[in-house]
Amino acid sequence: MALRTKSHDMGMHTERLSGRTQQRFFEPDEEENFTYPGAFEVDFNKRAEFDAAKLTPTEINHKIRELLSKGNGTIVMKNPGAKHGVAVGILNKLNLIIEGSLGYFGCGLIDGPNIRIKGRVGWSCAENMLAGTVIIEKNAGSTFGAAIRGGDLVCMGDVGARMGIDMKGGTIIVGGRAGAFCGFMMQRGRMVILGDAGKNLGDSMYDGTIYVGGKIEDLGVDAVPGEMTELDCQWLERKLKLYGLKAPNGVKNMTKIVAGRQLWNYDNLEPAEKKLIL
Amino acid sequence: MCGIAGLIHRGKTGEIGKEMTAMLQSLKHRGPDSTGYALYGSPKGNALIMRFKAAEQEEMKHGFHIHDQVKERKVEVEKRLKELGATIVSEEDATEYAYRYVIDFGGDKRKLANYIEDIEGVEILSLGYGLELIKDLGDAATVTDQYHLKGFKGSHAIGHTRMATESDVDIRSAHPYWAYPFADVSVVHNGQLTNYWGGRRALERKGHRFMSNCDSELIAVYLADKMQQGAELKDAMTDSIDELDGVFTYVVATADSLGMAKDVMAAKPMVLYESDDLVALASEEVAIRSIFPKEIDTFDPYEGEVRVWKR
Repeated sequence: MALRTKSHDMGMHTERLSGRTQQRFFEPDEEENFTYPGAFEVDFNKRAEFDAAKLTPTEINHKIRELLSKGNGTIVMKNPGAKHGVAVGILNKLNLIIEGSLGYFGCGLIDGPNIRIKGRVGWSCAENMLAGTVIIEKNAGSTFGAAIRGGDLVCMGDVGARMGIDMKGGTIIVGGRAGAFCGFMMQRGRMVILGDAGKNLGDSMYDGTIYVGGKIEDLGVDAVPGEMTELDCQWLERKLKLYGLKAPNGVKNMTKIVAGRQLWNYDNLEPAEKKLIL
Repeated sequence: MCGIAGLIHRGKTGEIGKEMTAMLQSLKHRGPDSTGYALYGSPKGNALIMRFKAAEQEEMKHGFHIHDQVKERKVEVEKRLKELGATIVSEEDATEYAYRYVIDFGGDKRKLANYIEDIEGVEILSLGYGLELIKDLGDAATVTDQYHLKGFKGSHAIGHTRMATESDVDIRSAHPYWAYPFADVSVVHNGQLTNYWGGRRALERKGHRFMSNCDSELIAVYLADKMQQGAELKDAMTDSIDELDGVFTYVVATADSLGMAKDVMAAKPMVLYESDDLVALASEEVAIRSIFPKEIDTFDPYEGEVRVWKR
């Protein structure tokens, strides 16, 4: 990736930018088949079950890795008991079925697995998720999908406040209602709320799109209605069908919210220049 | 970070001592400094239950004459009760410094509370017909064993595990708080109130007393003040959403009700389970799971939400 020189041209600085934002982490060609060093080869048809009732969160996470190392591509966890920090840091392809509820920070920092949770999840589910799918059959707590970068995060029920705060990509879908401050400082990705949305929706969002099927209590700073296009409708139809969900009044009648971009006072600046301003 | 919990059995009594202990013990990681219970048993006629302490637990370890002083304070309490026309029906020493008296008293409870608390080192933890408020240092298992709470039966309860952030680690700063001078009203809170000193000054001017420097006590006194003016519990709680500033989720209990309120930012957690027989709520679902062997549906209340349930 060539270094950008706009800021040089503007005379803001003379040094070569060499920070993290200038680095290339992945080859585009390997994106679809990328696996982490040390990832386990698993067979989705090889299935294992374990009971988490008497295990600590650390023991549960070790158990998942142990079963992965034995080639199990489908793992069923019974009795998770709403414990915190369960099923985190899974950087492997895997079908994980959780028969119960999770506490805080469940499924955080994952890249690749498909997870179905048959109960509820507490605060900060799937935080920083990179890829894969997480489907929750019941309700979810606050900061659902905070800072996710990719993948599909789906809650069939209601979610709490600050869903998708700081999200940088991926898709979050909610079958029911969502609380206040959802999409706060959202930077990229799509959020779909089939029910009502709480106050300050999309507050200070930089980019990304929010679709709402029900009522919106009010919009946050710099969040504005956008025009629903045919492309939006097609995408919504396709995505909702994947998870067996339907917009209560049809996707065409959903409200689209985007960034007004009035807060983009550093729109044309390079990362190093943004740091100077912020 | 503190842990709060509440439960109410509808139309019956249950093993609330055992249940609340399980809930609070599973929230121990949210606050190991102290644990408190407000348990609501079955009222027996006009018998008033007074829980009070005559010293802090720490004082008992370090004071030169504290053991004698505690005995003297207890004698003074009994003397003053007699002066006010109260009859002691029974008494129990829960610990060397905390007591449970059942008294027969038909007079002014505020006057009684003020006169008793005028004794140095004495604080009434609760005064009520059903309410018994117990709080001490340590986790739920420790406090339950110390005060023999596992066999306590009743209709509803609230509890708290405290991580001290705003004030000292002592019994007076532990939750729940009794909403002096109202019989049977208690409060637990998770969060920080940013208008504590302004609110406290306004309420002290009205004649209300504060026993600690803990911001959570403001909620109890605030609700007591509102109810003194004739407000219903739910209305007082609804007003608190606008008038209390900061981040908070609190749970309040009265003789026959359990309520919860959440600030407009929804910054502090709360999970609810509601059925025809029982309502249980806690900072984390793991606490509710501790009393349910079977799979249940739970949900989060929303920002600015106030809910009240009758037993």
